[in-house]
Parts: sequence; C-alpha cells; structure tokens
Amino acid sequence: MAAKNYRHALFCAIVTLIISFPILGFNLEAKGISVTLTGAETSTVIAVVLAAVAVFVFQAYRDSFTGLLGKLPRLNPLAGREPMEQAKKAKLESWILTGIVVLALFWPFVVSRGSVDLATLVLIYIMLALGLNVVVGLAGLLDLGYVAFYAVGAYTFALLSQYTGISFWMALPIGALLAALFGLMLGFPVLRLRGDYLAIVTLGFGEIIRILLNNWTTLTGGPNGIGGIPEPTLFGMEFGRRVKEEGNTSFHETFGIAYSGEHKVIFLYLIALVLAVITALIIRRFMRMPVGRAWEALREDEIAARSLGLSRTAVKLSAFTIGAFFAGFAGTVFASKQGFISPESFVFLESAIILAIVVLGGMGSQLGVILAAIAVTILPELAREFSEYRMLIFGAAMVLMMIWRPQGLLPMRRIHIKLNRQE
Amino acid sequence: MQDLLYFSQQLINGLTIGSAYALIAIGYTMVYGIIGMINFAHGEIYMIGAYTALIAITGLTALGLAWLPLILIVALLCAMIVSSSMGWAVERVAYRPVRGRHRLIPLISAIGMSIFLQNYVHLAQGSRNVGFPALIEGGFNFSADGAFEMSLSYMQITIFITTLICMTALSLFISRSRTGRACRAVSQDLGMASLLGIDTNRIISATFVIGAALAAVAGLLLGMYYGSVDPLFGFIAGLKAFTAAVLGGIGSIPGAMLGGLILGVSESMTSGYLSGEYKDVVSFGLLILILLFKPTGLLGKPEVEKI
Repeated sequence: MAAKNYRHALFCAIVTLIISFPILGFNLEAKGISVTLTGAETSTVIAVVLAAVAVFVFQAYRDSFTGLLGKLPRLNPLAGREPMEQAKKAKLESWILTGIVVLALFWPFVVSRGSVDLATLVLIYIMLALGLNVVVGLAGLLDLGYVAFYAVGAYTFALLSQYTGISFWMALPIGALLAALFGLMLGFPVLRLRGDYLAIVTLGFGEIIRILLNNWTTLTGGPNGIGGIPEPTLFGMEFGRRVKEEGNTSFHETFGIAYSGEHKVIFLYLIALVLAVITALIIRRFMRMPVGRAWEALREDEIAARSLGLSRTAVKLSAFTIGAFFAGFAGTVFASKQGFISPESFVFLESAIILAIVVLGGMGSQLGVILAAIAVTILPELAREFSEYRMLIFGAAMVLMMIWRPQGLLPMRRIHIKLNRQE
Repeated sequence: MQDLLYFSQQLINGLTIGSAYALIAIGYTMVYGIIGMINFAHGEIYMIGAYTALIAITGLTALGLAWLPLILIVALLCAMIVSSSMGWAVERVAYRPVRGRHRLIPLISAIGMSIFLQNYVHLAQGSRNVGFPALIEGGFNFSADGAFEMSLSYMQITIFITTLICMTALSLFISRSRTGRACRAVSQDLGMASLLGIDTNRIISATFVIGAALAAVAGLLLGMYYGSVDPLFGFIAGLKAFTAAVLGGIGSIPGAMLGGLILGVSESMTSGYLSGEYKDVVSFGLLILILLFKPTGLLGKPEVEKI
C-alpha cells in the first residue's frame, strides 16, 4: 500500500513538473519577426520545483491528511435546525438587505468621486447578477451568453440617442424591453435543449451578437464603438456645466449652487441604486409568485414538475425573458455611465464574470449574489498589485466552489421540513 | 476555369482547417461519449500544446539543430507530453471530484478551469501574440491562363498527412487494443463496465490523455499554419471544434472527423464568397441550427431519456 502511494505521488509530482516547467520556465519574446527564448528567473524555477515537492508530499501522505480533515468539526451550523429558526434567518436576511440599502443611500456623500464611480459599477454588476440569478440560480438554465442582452440594452440606448436623440428615461424601458424580446426570440427555439447544449447555444449566440456589433460598421461603428451617449437628466435638469439641449435647465443653476462634477457622478450612482433596488424587489416578488415556485420546481425535477401540469416551455421562457430584461436595464445604465460603448465591453469573459458572481454568491440567493458582486468588483481594486491575477483566481475559485461548495457561499434557503423515509 | 480554381482553393483551405478541427473535436467527442460532460477547457489544452511546440522549436533552433524533421518530431513529442499531462491533471483536479453530480456543476468547473488555464499562460507568456516560424514553406501552384493561381502548400499537405496518420492510429487503437476495447465498453455503459472489472477511472483518464495529445498535434499544425499563437488562441478554436463534434454527432469518433471537415469547408466557403469577418457567425449559426433540428448530429445515436 505504502509503495503504491509513493509511486502515485512520484507520478503526480512529475506531472506537476511537466505541466508547469515548460510554460513557466521559458519566456518567449518576440523581437521583430523572430522569436527568442529566455529562461525564467531562478525564483520561478525554484517555485515550480517546490510545487512539485508539495504535490509529492501531499499525495504520499494523502491518507493522513484526509484523516486529519475528517477530525475537524463540521463547518455546517445550519444542519438540523428547526424550520422556525430558518424563518428567522430569512427575516434577518431582509433586514441586512435593508441595512445595506440605507447605508448605500448616504454613502456617496462622504467618499471620494472615484469610489462613487466604482460603486456605480458595482450596482450595475448587482443588477446583472440578480438577473442572471433568475436564469441560472432559480430556473437552472445555464446561460453563457448573458452579456448579449446587456449589449442589446447598451446599444439600444446608444443607437437611439445617436439617431433620434432619445433621453435616458425613454431609453431605459425600450432597452430593457428590446433585450427581453431578444431573450424571448432566442429562448423560444432553444429552451427545449438539454442543460449543457443550452449553455453552448447561448454562448454561440453571445459571440454572434458581439461579432455583428464588431463588423456592422455602418450602424454600430464597429470596434470604434459609439460615443457621446447622453447622461440622465432629473426632470429636465442636466448635470453638465452648460446645458446641451434646448429646453433643459442645468441642475446647479436651478438650485443656485456652485457647479461641481460630483453632482453628476452621485446622481448616476443614485439612479443605479434605485434601479438595483427595484430589480431586487421585483425579482423577490417573482420568487414568491407561482411562476417563481415553478422555476424552482422545474429546476429540481423536470419530470415531476411536468407531470404536475407545468408547461416546461412557458416557465423556462419566462425566466429567460425576465433575466434578459434586467440585463437590458443594466446595459442602459452602463451606456449612460460610460458615455461610450464598444464591443470590447461585451466579451465572453464578462458573461463568465457574472456567472462567477452568481456561483460564488450561492445560486438563487439574493443576499449572497449581492455580496459576491460587491466582493468580485471591489477586491481587485483594493489589491491592485494582484489585479493581473484576478482572472486566474476567478477560474480557480469557480473550480474550487464546484468541488467543495456547489451551492455557493450563502445558499438560498427555502423553509422546508425534510421527511425521513420510514424503513 | 477561373471559378473552378477559386472554388478548389477554398475547398483545399477548408479541408486543411477542417482536418485540424477534427483532431481537436476528437477530444470533445470521446470525453462526452464516456462521461457526458463538455470539456470546456479542451481548447486551452490545444493552446498549451501550441505554446509548448513553439517553445520547443525555438529552443531547439537556438541550440543549433538544423534538421527540420527532427525539430518537428521533437516539438510534437514535447507538445503531446505536456498537453496530455495537462489533460490528465485537469481531469484529476477539476472533473473527477464533481463527476456524477448535476450536469451543470462539471460544466461550470470546466469553465473555471478554462479561465484559469488561459490566464496561467497569459501570466507566464504575456498576452501578445507570438510569431510562429514558418518551417515548412513552398508548395505547388496551379494556374490556368494567368490570373488566379491555386496553391497547395507543403504545410497543407503536412496537415492532411499528419491528421490522416493520427486518425488511422486512433481508429486502430480504439478497435484493436485492449484499452480501446475498454474505452468502447465504458462509453456504452459505465456502470456495467466497472462491474465487469474494467478500471473505469483509468479509462476516463486515458480518454482525456488521448484527446489532449491529439489537440497538441492540432496545436502544432495550426500554430504553424496561422503563423502565431496567443493565450486566447484556444477559445474560438475550441468552440469550433465543439461545433464540429456536435455536427458529426457527439460521442461518435467518425462523426467528429466528418463534422470537422464539413465545418472547415463551410467556413472557408463563407470567407471566400461572402466575407471573412462573418465566418465565425456562420459556424456558430450552424451549431445553433444543428442543435435545434438534429441534436444527435449526422452520425450520432439518438439519446433515450430514461425516467
């Protein structure tokens, strides 16, 4: 037994060396048209060797490690609680959410402009993640092309403002509805596909939208994108130093205060906050409505749900469309915040980030998703020197979550009583 | 005559790309055939194969080796070894612990692995694309009355021949060898095969290793054909190869070969007659259409849903 363990450990260590040494140990450098090869720094080589040694030690003494782990107390305080206590937990969750919102209302007036800007981005991600949470978390449909609906919302606003001079408030419902329409159109044929096929089809759809945006130069400006997207107004009051459009007044003149660039940023933040809260509330209602229960029923057991008379297509389609709707919502806000959009902002990685937020937060759980969105957007900003490792850590975190905690950090809890089978 | 030459040029280009797609598609189709998951990180394994081959070629040239076939064979072996180790490790780390859970869990794990590997290479080798030296140059030119010349380069011939050798070897391996027989048994019924004494874990690992080795071959060939590699090199190619696997009927090895060729040809016809920018739209559109109207693909067996 021991000899076999060592053999396996040695094999694993060698594999570690093989997969890391050539890629990490040599650097390809392009000089003109020729490529030269340089060895990496000694520290990298040492790190690779150390990693191999670590793998060897871990694999060789694997049994003792797992034995030790098994002796640790179980980290699951929720197991075996009474349903009453879970109801209290749900109440606590809504109190925490309210607290976050109240805090967020006052927060922009005390911090710097940069952090308000970042917070607006966080709110956009929260909207996106809440929308995707409906599709992936509640209905169990893996959508890898979610960013396409985000792009539809953003481009709708950008194009309409460019060609017809539409305002933000008009574009918001139009963008969201158009995104929902796209969701409906894509969803109708593809929703009868099995889970993993659906994932690939939505991925293909997302890529098609991006390629179209990139190449339909006459309409979308291609890779150059569209600029000059107007900012939102408050009852016809603009936030710029000078009024751009006839008939509008400017905010600082109306109220007789000095002009400040911060007004605009804070206003955008507050709009995003209101919209995010609306998104969260609407989805919360949906979750308690029959259609929300139907999403979950279909996710848990499709055959049982269908035999109880649920229409598979209608239920899935509603989830897909609602998810797309909120992506369109977020897209419009994003376009308005940036003032400029290009296909660069709507790549597959963006879909993967939103998916990672939903997965990390706990599929189906609103509080979890909101906290994950905050963490995923803010952490890389806090640790700037590690920011290039962000995606590497993301990928690894997704894998590790699936292995150890597929239900997410704060999984959704339904009040339920588990009946034990009587033998 | 002119039109015919142009058409055959597109056909040759398409078959070249298509046979390389087929090599990658084998990895998807074999893994799907056995454990029913989409190995989303397969495109990254192909990309790592291309990088390793480039590193080996540059290193060997720097050492003063000049005999081309030796360089290529050594580079190919290096790429295959690194890629198959990667395939083995990925299965071991990211897929085995989640095997048998809900369908979406291994898929999300695979997406995470794909992002991880992409950024691993990105951090180690930089995000810029690196030029791949054109080692095999020249070719045959056919021209009729001047204007358009049809060319068949030695590189394209190399791709055809290598693919042919790999496919033949794979078919022989699957149909003749003991492991190949076990592979077929496991893909028919994993539980039963395990009851009959087949070490299913070993067979699953073997599938990943074989798929990764073939992807490495494709990595070397396509890297040389396109003339450059970058860390995102594997993503689109992986999607295309997956399309090819679905087109031919996922789970079926001859299907993957057929699907690759059809996809390659339809792509090069699009760029030849419509526009090069829309060739990706055509292949993804094709994927969506197949999944909608014939989810079992051309040569796949219909899947019976058991309750």
